[in-house]
Order: sequence, then structure tokens, then C-alpha cells
Amino acid sequence: MAVDGVVQRPEGLYCPAGDFHIDPWRPVPRAVVTHGHGDHARPGSGEYHTSVEGLPILQWRLGEQRFVAHEAGVPFRLGRTRVSLHPAGHVLGSSQVRIETDDGVWVVSGDYKRQPDPTCAPFEVVPCDTFVTEATFGLPIYRWPDTAEVARDIVAWRDECAAEGVAAVLFCYALGKAQRVLAELAAFTDAPVRVHGAIAAGVGVYRAAGVRMLETRTIDGAERGADFAGQLVLAPPSAAGSPWMRRFRRAQTGFASGWMLLRGNRRRRNVDRGFVVSDHADWPALLRTVAQTGASRVIATHGNTDALVRTLNAGGLRTETFSTDYGGED
Amino acid sequence: MRRFADLYRRLDRSTATSDKRAALLDYFRSAPPEDAAWALWLLCGGKIGGAKAKIAASAELRAWISAESGVEPWLVDECYSQVGDLAETLALLLDDPPSRDDAPLHVWIEARLLAVSGRDADTRRAAVVRGWRSLDRDARLVFNKLLTGALRVGVSQRLAQQALAELSGVDVALIAQRMLGAWTPGAAFLRDLLSPEALPGDRAQPYPFFLASPLEGGPEALGALADWRLEWKWDGIRLQLIRRDADIALWSRGEERLDGRFPEIEAAAAGLARDAVLDGELLVWRPAETAPAPFADLQTRIQRRRPGPRSIGQHPARMLAYDLLELEGVDLRERPLDERRALLEALWRDSPGAHAAIALSPALAAADWNAAARMREGARERGVEGLMLKRADSPYRVGRRRGDWWKWKIDPLTVDAVLLYAQAGHGRRSTLYTDYTFGVWDGDALVPVAKAYSGLDDAEILRLDRWIRAHTIERFGPVRSVEAVQVFELGFEGVNRSNRHKSGVAVRFPRILRWRTDKRPEEADRLDALEALAR
Repeated sequence: MAVDGVVQRPEGLYCPAGDFHIDPWRPVPRAVVTHGHGDHARPGSGEYHTSVEGLPILQWRLGEQRFVAHEAGVPFRLGRTRVSLHPAGHVLGSSQVRIETDDGVWVVSGDYKRQPDPTCAPFEVVPCDTFVTEATFGLPIYRWPDTAEVARDIVAWRDECAAEGVAAVLFCYALGKAQRVLAELAAFTDAPVRVHGAIAAGVGVYRAAGVRMLETRTIDGAERGADFAGQLVLAPPSAAGSPWMRRFRRAQTGFASGWMLLRGNRRRRNVDRGFVVSDHADWPALLRTVAQTGASRVIATHGNTDALVRTLNAGGLRTETFSTDYGGED
Repeated sequence: MRRFADLYRRLDRSTATSDKRAALLDYFRSAPPEDAAWALWLLCGGKIGGAKAKIAASAELRAWISAESGVEPWLVDECYSQVGDLAETLALLLDDPPSRDDAPLHVWIEARLLAVSGRDADTRRAAVVRGWRSLDRDARLVFNKLLTGALRVGVSQRLAQQALAELSGVDVALIAQRMLGAWTPGAAFLRDLLSPEALPGDRAQPYPFFLASPLEGGPEALGALADWRLEWKWDGIRLQLIRRDADIALWSRGEERLDGRFPEIEAAAAGLARDAVLDGELLVWRPAETAPAPFADLQTRIQRRRPGPRSIGQHPARMLAYDLLELEGVDLRERPLDERRALLEALWRDSPGAHAAIALSPALAAADWNAAARMREGARERGVEGLMLKRADSPYRVGRRRGDWWKWKIDPLTVDAVLLYAQAGHGRRSTLYTDYTFGVWDGDALVPVAKAYSGLDDAEILRLDRWIRAHTIERFGPVRSVEAVQVFELGFEGVNRSNRHKSGVAVRFPRILRWRTDKRPEEADRLDALEALAR
């Protein structure tokens, strides 16, 4: 009887054979972290294993910790397992965790996407017996448009705002999404972009890693009384409705996220424009990826898991869920 | 279709009324009249082909999209419950076609959809799938909205009329008047609608109703009582009675002609001494009674297209007139209320032949606002909803314009009820559980008595949504039953006995007043309390 490579524990996903956790939500002695988002990388653990590319991000997000950085695809031993990290295409340094034991190969995807992204290495298909997948957008309505099209829309929106003499404030997550937008926009404009302080830090990390992005200037560096009319401004979603927004005398707001595919979400966010840019796999990508791994067993961790599980089971794949604390932010 | 889809997208995006008006103006300026007429029809909430058209039922659309997209029916339903809008769900489940069909809106509606209305399922399905396979996503969304019903894009009829008035230079009141009642969307209608010349039909049309706004807070802010006229706020149906030459027409506020349904009112109208257009309230009121009958009695009557003597005897109708909009062909709407009222009273005095079914809504006298407030508190016993406050020198305006007419309703009845079921809302609330069903105790069981959609603020909605998801007992499609824990204070306007409701009572206009986090479910009200209030 084969032992499961990864099991669900109250503190997070756990690999018994290697005695380590993956993206635990409570402090543990040894954690392998797929990427730097707050619901996957949490402080307080004894030791953090991450990719070389992801290391600066974890240092930025978690401060000084005991980090062990690994080159992509190069195996290392933890307990009785051989572990290696492989690009997940989600954000800079994001990894899938491949775990090999005598009983077979498990891959824990973390968050991933299959669309091209100029800011990080593309998702690598890693053949395995059991694939632990995310399912943030696990319904067939989620099918992403071409990101270049969306980037063009963002530039056109900024131009409309310029014609009206208002600022174009685009909300997007400070790690990953903001930098991807800055990189995608570079194909269509070279006007500098104003960024909120929370985003500037991440832009610095990406630039140090050699990612090419539009020129950025911080909001705080602007002269007094500047109204930013006609400029594109990137800010984290938490800035919406905050006193920070008062500096824009007149502004339109937008939000860059896969959730913006639904009109109801855009209205609930109360933004003028929604731009569909996602760092997660859409429905066709989830199904394609599961098939490409060749896995005979699938475990879904978070998102619309019900629909994915039922669909895969109907297709003859043994599929179940892990109940995790990972969020649905995008 | 492209142009109309662009309009829809602009309207859907904008939150400012000025942006919406600009979008409408751009559209009406550039669209061919055949398209513009349909657009106006749809923006005003019209459906293609009216209620009778049968192009695609909701279940058919779901079955067809399942076949076209290869998505299993159960998964289509899951998607629908996530999106909360069938038209949008259908649009999202397919990819954009390699090439687009650029046929205009009216061709899609008339030649492709209405042309197959009522035909066999295969023919109707082919027409629908043709749209799905030749329109891009924005256009598909609008196309699907044509099939599923209302457009709901935050445009009031008045806003559309204002844009047309700005475009044509025709007075917005005349446009509104010409749009009352039944019309057929087409180039000819639009030409007449925007005609600067007076048309013969203008004389046969009712006037748009002037609607009162709810008074929030006390009336002191309105200034001196002497500047205001007080009437009861009747709980009936708003009615415009038109007699021009020998022609008599009855129009409800819903812009429906009620001709034939209330022969006793028409007979009384014939007894008026002069041609006139009256504004007032339609009620059921038995001669010997001092108060009107409950609203439910009026509903019974309004369903009868040709009531017999027995129905009229049991539920006799009466119009309580309170305004005079036209007298002997002269439009009085710009005259001050006091002058119109004096002319109305004189007309009524001269018209004893009308008294059988037309009465004057009494002008009420109060010494000061305190006395007025006391009259209002006695409203429920009189079978009225409160007081109307009308500025003495106000003209008769169009639509719901704040400032001159206020409805000062009595505070609602209240009941503490327990949340039993929740369902996701629509539009802005489509990803949240915002439609709630509440119950009260009957013995040791909770029976549903009311559905309410409004009354919580955004933060409360979010908090309750999370609670609902975490405390779901069972799911029935889009509906979840939840643990009977949360107590809410509901306000409502009245209670009627009802055979159609399991609880035996139907509450009118229920809404949430407060989330009673301080109350336990055992402390919620009992059904007896509602039964005691039922009329």
C-alpha cells in the first residue's frame, strides 16, 4: 500500500516521508514555499526552502529568516524524499514542488498559469503520479483573453482619461500583477507610470532580477499639488476608498484581475473599468495541465474545486480536495 | 448589433448620469431610426415581441449552450449560479467567432428572432445559435439579453427621453406623453415621437404622472404649513381619467389602459359637466363603509377584464380625484395647485351625475405640523397609508421630481423574523447572497413569511454573505437553507390573508430594517402576531 506523498494537517500540507510542509498557514520547523504571496508565505517557520528567483521576494515579504534557495530543476534531499522546484509561471520565482519517494512522484503546483508572462519563467509540465492543483478559476466561464489585447485596452483607457483631464488609477496586487502590467504595457507605450509605495518596493525587486518594465515614478516623489491628470497610476486594492486617493482631484479607477471577467464583480468593487489580467490558470488551462502531467490522481486545493473535481472524476481521474487556507486573490 | 453593444457597454461602465446621457445622445445621433426605435424600446424595459413572443425559454437556452460549448448541463448551472445572470453566463461559455456578423439591431430582432417566434424548437435553436456563432462577446451579451428579458443597464425612461429631447429639440414632456401606452418600435414611431409638429394622436394620450417622493425626517424642513396642502395617501392604484368629447379613457400609472374593467367609473365620467382630465386614486369602497376596502379587493377587480354585476356589487370601485390636468381642452399643468384644485371642486359641484363613483379626495386642515403628525398617526385606522404634502403653488410636473410633492407615510409595521434561506442576487450583487427568505414561529416550527432584498448596507451584506456560506445546511440549486440563527427586524406596509402562502398571510413591501444581532432566534415573533394584523 503506497503512502501518500502529501497529506493535509491542521497547520498545512505536509509531506510525511520528507518531514516538511508546503506553504503552511501556521509556523512549522521546515517549509517549502512555492511563492511570496501572503497566503502561501507566512512568517514564523524555522527554515524556508525556495527557488533562487523567489528568494529576494521572500526576503522582501518575510524579512530575515533562515532561507535555503534552490536552482530550478535541481533535486535536493529532504528526509527520505528527493525534492525539486520547477517554474509555475504565476509570479517571479513561483515554483511547483516535485516530490519523489519510493512510492512515486507528487507535484504540488501552488498557484500557476499557462499564459505567457514576461516577468517570470513559464510553467513547466512536470510528469507525476499525483498532481495537487489550484482551482481558483475552476469553472468553464473563466477563459482568459489575450493579455496583449488587455494591455492595449489599458493604454487606450489612459488616453481617454488624458482627454478628460483625469488620472487613471489602476488597482492591482502589489506583488506580481503590478509588475506584469508594467512589463506588458511596455510593448505599447513608453510613458512613465506612477506607482504607490507598496508597489514600488516590488518593482525594485523585479528590476534587480533583470525584468524589463516601464519606467516608474513614485507618487510621493511628485511635486506638491500635482493632480496626475492623464497619467496611469498603479495602486494596491487596499488604497481604494482610502484617504490616499484624495490626492487625485479627479480620477477614474480600474482593477486588473481575472475576477473582472464578471460584470457583477466589477460593480461590487465599484470601479469604472475592469481589466481581465489573471495570474492563475483558467478552466481550459486547468484541464490541459492535469492531462499533460499524466497524473492518475488529482487533488484540488482552493477555489472552485467542486466543479473541477466532479469534471475530472467523470473523466475517470481519481480526484479529491484538500481543504486549505489559500485565498482567491488575483 | 455592434453599435448597440457599444452603447450597452458604455452605459454599463458609467456611473455618472451625465456620461450615460452623452452615450445615449451619441447613439441616437448615429443609429438608423429602425435601430434607435428598438434601442429605446429595450432601454425602457421592453421585451422583443412583448410577453407573447416565444423564441427561447431559459431551460432551452441552457440546454443549447451545453450542446454548443460541450459543457455538461450541471456545470452550466454551476456557472450560472456563479455569474448570477443567464445572458452573461451564455456569453462567457463560448469563444469569439473568427468573423463577425455586422447586421444591425433591427435586422437581428425582426428578421432573425421574431421571425422564428413560436416555431419548432430546431428552427428557434438555429436562430439563437447563429447569434452565438457570429457575434463577439459584448454583442453576444446584448443578444442574450434580448432573449432573456430585461436589459437593466441603469437607464431610466426619463434619461432616454431627455437624450431624445436634446437631440430633437422637442419638449421632454411631449416626448414622455407620446411614449405613454402601447407603441410599436419602428422608424415611423420614432419619426412621430420626435416630430416638432402637433400630431392628432397627441390629443388622445394621457399626461405623464407626477410622482411624489418619500419624506424622510419630519415635515418642519418644508417650511410654513400654510404653503402646503394636505391629503390622505390612499392605498390604491393611481388613475388618470380622460374625457375628451365623447371618448373616455382610464390609464393606470403602469401606463396600461383600464378601459372596460371599471364600467362604474366610466359611467360616472360620462356624468361630468365638462370635458376634463382628472388625476386621482382608484379604490374599492363599499357605499356603507367609512374606509376603503383592502388593496387585495382592488386586485381582484383589476384582474376582471369585463366584470359582471356581481363582481361590481361585491367590489365597487371609486375614484378619489385630487387634481385637474385639463379642462375643456386646456392644459392646466402649469397653473398652481390651488387654482387647479378650485377648478376641480367647481367641476365636481357641477357634476352630480358623476358622484356615484367619483369623489373628491378631501382637502385636510391642520393647525400646525404637530396636528398634521397626529392625523398621520391615525392613518392606519382609516385604511390609508399616511399623508400627501403638496406645495400650494406647485405646477403638475412630470415623473418623480423632488421638492413639491411628498408622501409622508406612517411608520411601517415591524416583526422580528429568522433568516431561513438565501439566494445570490443579480447584477451588482450577483456574487453575493443578498436575497433572503425569513420565517416566524408557528408552534415550534419556523414558517416562511417574507422575502426581502434590501435594507442592509454593503458591509453588512458582506458579513452576512460570509456567514451564510459557512452555515449552509442544504443547497437547492441557487438557494441555500441556513441554520436558523440570525434575527432581523423587518418592516412592512400591511398584512393580507392569503391562500397562496403556506403561512396563510402575505406581507406587503417587506424590507429589512435592522440586523438584530442582540436577539436569539427563540425571541423572534410568532405567526399569531402577523395574523392579528391581517385585514
